[in-house]
Amino acid sequence: MKSLYNYITGIFKGAWSLLVGMKVTGSYFFRPSTIVTQQYPENRKGRGKRTKKKLEMFDRFKGELIMTHNEQNQHKCNGCGICEMNCPNGSIEVIPVSITAEDGKKKRLIDKHIYHLGMCTFCGLCVKACPSKALAFSQEFEHAVFDRTKLTRILNHEGSSIMKGTE
Amino acid sequence: MPFNIYDFTSFTQWIDKSLYENCAPFWAMIWELSIIGLVVLTFYALIGLFLVYAERKICAFFQCRIGPNRVGPWGLIQTIADLIKLLLKELVNIRNADKFLFNIAPFIVIIASFLAIAAIPFAKGLHAIDFNIGIFYVIAVSSLGVIGILLAGWSSNNKYSLIGAMRSGAQIVSYELSVGLSMITICILAGSMQLSTIVENQANGWFIFTGHISAILAFIIYLIAATAETNRGPFDLAEAESELTAGFHTEYSGIKFAFFFLAEFMNMFIVASFASTMFLGGWMPFHIAGADGFNVVMDYIPPLIWYFGKTFFIIFLMMWFKWTFPRLRIDQLLTLEWKYLLPINLVNILLMAFLVLMGWHF
Repeated sequence: MKSLYNYITGIFKGAWSLLVGMKVTGSYFFRPSTIVTQQYPENRKGRGKRTKKKLEMFDRFKGELIMTHNEQNQHKCNGCGICEMNCPNGSIEVIPVSITAEDGKKKRLIDKHIYHLGMCTFCGLCVKACPSKALAFSQEFEHAVFDRTKLTRILNHEGSSIMKGTE
Repeated sequence: MPFNIYDFTSFTQWIDKSLYENCAPFWAMIWELSIIGLVVLTFYALIGLFLVYAERKICAFFQCRIGPNRVGPWGLIQTIADLIKLLLKELVNIRNADKFLFNIAPFIVIIASFLAIAAIPFAKGLHAIDFNIGIFYVIAVSSLGVIGILLAGWSSNNKYSLIGAMRSGAQIVSYELSVGLSMITICILAGSMQLSTIVENQANGWFIFTGHISAILAFIIYLIAATAETNRGPFDLAEAESELTAGFHTEYSGIKFAFFFLAEFMNMFIVASFASTMFLGGWMPFHIAGADGFNVVMDYIPPLIWYFGKTFFIIFLMMWFKWTFPRLRIDQLLTLEWKYLLPINLVNILLMAFLVLMGWHF
C-alpha cells in the first residue's frame, strides 16, 4: 500500500516539478526584456535601430590602463617604478626625473609613464601593486588601430603635476 | 473554378473531373499522383524550413537570446541561406561504411515521414488519402522511420553512431506502444479509425473536452510519447550531442544530413498535427454544443487557420519541453515508459471504454 502511495504521489510531484521548470523558461520566453544578447556594432552609440541602450562595460572590466587625473590635471604617481617591476611582460616603462625642491631636498617625479597596450595581458598586477593608487583600468575596449605605434601610450597627461600629499 | 476556403471537396473534385475529361484514365491518375506529390514536397520543404527557423528563434527566447537576426528582417531568410549552404557542401564518403545502406538510410527516414503526411486531414476535402483505418496506417508508417535511423547508425561503422541508433531503437520500440494506445483511446471515443470521421465527430466539441478525464490523460501521454518518438526534447538520447557527438547522423554531411534534420522537424510537425486532429479537433472550429450563435461566428474562421493554429500550438509546447527539461538517462527513459506511461495508459483505455459504455462523455 505504501509503495502504491509513493507511486502515485511520485507522479504528481514529478509533474509539478516539470511545471515549475516550464514556468521558469516560460517567464523568460514571454518577457523579451530579459534578453541579454548585446548586438555589438549597432549598440556602440546607443541609438541604433535594434538597440536603445548603449553598450557599457561593467566596472571591473579591464579595458586599458589609465592614470587617474583630477580636475586640476593632477595625478598620484610619484615614479617609484613598482608597477614597472611588477609587470610580467614589460609593458610599462617609467621614466623618472629628479628635481630639487625649495628646501634643497632631491625629489623623484615622473617624466613619462609609458604603457605599451600591444604587450599588455591585462593581468592587473600594476594596479594591485601601485602603493599610491595612481593607476586604474578604464572600460574602453575598442583598441583596434592601423598603426602599431599608436598602441604605445603616455599615461600622464600633458602638463600634469603630482597631487599634493602623495609625493 | 469552384474554390471555397471552407470546403475543398468541390475544388479537388473539379481538378479530378477536368483531368479525367481531358486525359486517358491512366494518365489522369498519373497527373493526379504527380500533382499531389509535388504539393506535398513543396509543403514539406516549406514547413521544414519554417520549423527550423521557429525552433531557433523560440529556443533563443527561452534562453534569453535573440536568435537569428542578421539575414533578412528578423533573420527570416537565415534557414534558406542554411539550405543553400547544405546543398553546396561536400558529401563525404566514409571509406569503411556500408555504402549502399549508408546512402539509402536518409531516404528511408524521409519516406516514412512522407507517408505519414499523406494521411493528415488539413481541411475538409484537403486530404491526400482518407483510409478507413487511418489511425492504424499512421501508427504503422510512423514506426518505419526507426529502420532508417538503425541503418544509418549501423552502416556508418562508427561506435557513436551505433550507440545512438540502438538507443533510438529501444526508445521508439517502447514509446510506439504509448502512442498507439493513446490513439486507441481516442478511437474508442470516436468509434472510428478514419481520420476524416474523427474530425467530423468533433463538431460538437473537441475530444479533449468531450472525453474529459480520460481524453486529457491520453493527450498528456500522447504528448510525452510523441516527443520521445521524434527523438526530440528531453528524449534526444539518440543524438545526445554531449555524449555521442551527433549520434546516428555523425558521419553524414551536406544534403544527406539535411534529410535527417528535415525529417526530424517534419516528424515533429506530423505528431503535432495528429495530436491536434485527434484531441483538438483538427480543422474543426471551436464549437460548444448548443451555443449556435457562437458556433456560427467560429465557423467564419477558415479551417486551415484552425488546423495550423492548433498544430503550431502543440509544436510550441514540444519546443518548450525541449528547451526546459534536461535529457533523460536511458534507464530513466525506459522506467518512464514501462513503469508509468504504459500502466496508466492501459488503465486509461479501460476507463475510456467504461465512459463510452455508460455514455458519460459529452
